Amino acid sequence: MDDALVIAGKRFGSRLLIGTGKYPSHEVMKRCHEASGSEIVTVAVRRLDLNAKGEASLLQWIDTTRMTLLPNTALCYTADDAVRTCRLAAELGMSKWVKLEVLGDERTLFPDVEQTVAAARILVKEGFTVLPYTSDDPITARKLEDAGCAAVMPLAAPIGSGLGIRNPHNIRLIREVVKVPVIVDAGVGTASDVAIAMELGCDGVLLNTAVAGAKDPVRMAHAMKLAIEAGRAAFLAGRIPRKAYGSASSPLEGLVD
Amino acid sequence: MRLTINGERRDVAEGLTVAALVAQLGVRGRVAVELNGEVLRQAQHPEVTLRDGDALEVVTFVGGGA
Repeated sequence: MDDALVIAGKRFGSRLLIGTGKYPSHEVMKRCHEASGSEIVTVAVRRLDLNAKGEASLLQWIDTTRMTLLPNTALCYTADDAVRTCRLAAELGMSKWVKLEVLGDERTLFPDVEQTVAAARILVKEGFTVLPYTSDDPITARKLEDAGCAAVMPLAAPIGSGLGIRNPHNIRLIREVVKVPVIVDAGVGTASDVAIAMELGCDGVLLNTAVAGAKDPVRMAHAMKLAIEAGRAAFLAGRIPRKAYGSASSPLEGLVD
Repeated sequence: MRLTINGERRDVAEGLTVAALVAQLGVRGRVAVELNGEVLRQAQHPEVTLRDGDALEVVTFVGGGA
């Protein structure tokens, strides 16, 4: 059964998007990427450390024949900074795909949606394929779609918090109001959070800390892969309606006296 | 001549191109360069000659999620 994730016309066999930060080592990261089955990895753009001569590049640890790189604008606080980072990323990378992220607050790391929409408009005009991190607000999601974004990526909870999906109702509404893929981004803590996102009808999940910070990151990466598959299958299968009272699944007739 | 690279002052030889400077920095892998606020295309690196007082940002990919 073909159930590919399609973003901007490109097909992906996995609905899990994974980060490259905070792993115990590059070796562990590589094994996590393999265990996760992900085909999209996020990377950050930072100043070269002028005093670390010849340090092995991150890209040596990423199988770019199998994985699409998604540079992010992590820790940008204005549309201008995010656009500048994307332009640099385009010169660094092999594509114009970007994860747009414009933050509004250092403590919660919540997105500044006004700046995010402004940056998205500029980037789309410049030919970027824009996947924006956003709040769990359906109105903003629609504005981002109208701006030409290739997907919308509402948060489950604050970045790195591991709190899971705080507002499943809003995530479901976002899935209803936009046509582009909806990818839950940030705040996932464990496999059940991923399964819930997929059961709500989301098209994918982007995570990093939940795997990189687990006691056994490689095993957690595998758990996330299974959760994506289980949640997606359950969504496609269609769950039973919730009922207030019991309803036996064994026949009521023919009970022995 | 004196350049500002990633916020650090550096003295380098006159007439250096961006590509030559990147080679001098001992970089492994790809970098992107912004010169005085303008992002340079990779193809411009061997063509653009640096001048005294230029400010550069030299960036690369590092690990990150969100």
